[in-house]
Amino acid sequence: MKKVLAALGFLLVSPYLMAGSKVIATGGATTIEGNSGGGIVPWATINGYSSSDEWSVNSFAGRVGVDDFTLDSLGVGASFNNQWELSFARQKFALDTIGGELRQDVLGVKYKVAGELLYTGLPQISIGAQFKKNRDFALPSAVGAGDDSGYEVYVAATKVFFDAIAGRNLLLNATIRSTDAHQTGLLGFGGEGVSRKLMFESSAVLLLNYNLALGTEFKQKPNQLGFADEQHWRDLFAAWFINKNASVVLGYVDLGDIAGLSDQTGFYLSLEGTW
Amino acid sequence: MVKYVLLALSLTLTACQHKPETSLYQRLGGESGVEHIVDGILYGIEHDQSIVHHFADTDIPRFRRLLIEQFCELSGGPCKYSGVSMQESHTGFQITQAHFDALVNHLITAMQQQKVSVEAQNELLAILAPMYKDVVYR
Repeated sequence: MKKVLAALGFLLVSPYLMAGSKVIATGGATTIEGNSGGGIVPWATINGYSSSDEWSVNSFAGRVGVDDFTLDSLGVGASFNNQWELSFARQKFALDTIGGELRQDVLGVKYKVAGELLYTGLPQISIGAQFKKNRDFALPSAVGAGDDSGYEVYVAATKVFFDAIAGRNLLLNATIRSTDAHQTGLLGFGGEGVSRKLMFESSAVLLLNYNLALGTEFKQKPNQLGFADEQHWRDLFAAWFINKNASVVLGYVDLGDIAGLSDQTGFYLSLEGTW
Repeated sequence: MVKYVLLALSLTLTACQHKPETSLYQRLGGESGVEHIVDGILYGIEHDQSIVHHFADTDIPRFRRLLIEQFCELSGGPCKYSGVSMQESHTGFQITQAHFDALVNHLITAMQQQKVSVEAQNELLAILAPMYKDVVYR
C-alpha cells in the first residue's frame, strides 16, 4: 500500500506522463476485479487512455470495508488500441469477525465489439471474460461450493450522453454476466444443484466536470449456495480523475448479507495509476 | 439509503437547472469567444506532433475562418458555414481515432482557457461529437 501511495504521489507531481490520447475519465475507474468500470460493475470502456494504435498500462489498489469483512484488491492491467484490455487482480477477503481469510485471483480480458463511448449513437459494446481461482478453498468447500475455480463471461453496453442533466454529461451502463460463482467467487463456484445464471448489473454516473463524477451501481447476485443467503450489491461513489495518470474513487457500499452476517455496509476506496 | 441520496441529488440538480435564455453562441462568448476558442484549437494543433502533419498543406487563415463560421452557425450564431461537408473535407486523410481524440482534447483545453461554462462546453461537444463518423477512417 505504501508503495502504491508513493507511486501516486509521484504521479501527482508529474502530470501527463506518457498518457494516451483519450479524453480524461473515458477509461473509467477500475473495479475490485481489475477491469475498467465503476467499483463493482465492469463497463464496455477500455481501461487507461490508449486510443487507436496506442498502449497503456494501469495499476490499482482498492479496499472495501464493511461491518464484518474487509476486501483488499490489488491489480495491474494493459490496454491496446482502445479495443483490448487485459487485467489481473489479486483479492484478499478478510473475515474480520469469523476469523480467517479467502483469497482469489482474477484474470480478465475484454474486447470492444462496437460503438464509441463518446462519439456514436450506438453505445460502446464490449464482451469480456474472467477466469477466477480461489487460493483458499477449505471454507468454500465446507459450505457447499463444488469448484475452486470458475469463469464468467459478460457483455456490457456503455454510453456517455452529453449535456444530459443540468448541462452535465451522464454515463449509463448495463452489463449482463453469466456466472456460477458464489459471492463473486470468494466462496467458490458451482456445487450441488448450482447452475450457471445470467445476472444484470448497471451503473449511472453523472460527470460534474472533466475531473469529478458521482455514480451509483447495482449488481445482481445469484444466491445459489444453501448455507447462507447472498444478496444484490449496491454502491454510491465519487470519483476524482486528478489527471490522466491518477484517479481516486471513494464510495459507500451495501453488500447485504454475507455468510450469515446481515446488513454489511461500509466504505470503498480505490486508487489507480495509469500510464 | 441509496434511493434517498439519488432523490436528493436529482432534486438539487433540477433546482439549479434553469434553461438559459441566451443562445449557445452567446454563452461561448459570441464572436470573440468563438474566435478565441478556434485560435486555441489551432495553437493546440500546431504544438501536437501527432496531428500537425494533417495540416501541412492546409491554408490556415481559410481553415480558421471556416472553423469560426462552422462553430458560429452550429451554436446558433449569425453565420453561415461556407465550406464543404465534414465527410468531403476529411476523406483520404486517414484520420484515426487517436487523431480525433487529440483534437477533442485541444477543443476542451481551448474552452477551459476561455472559461466557457461546463454546460456550454457539453452542449458544443454534443453537437460536434457525432461528426466522428464523417471524419475518422474515411
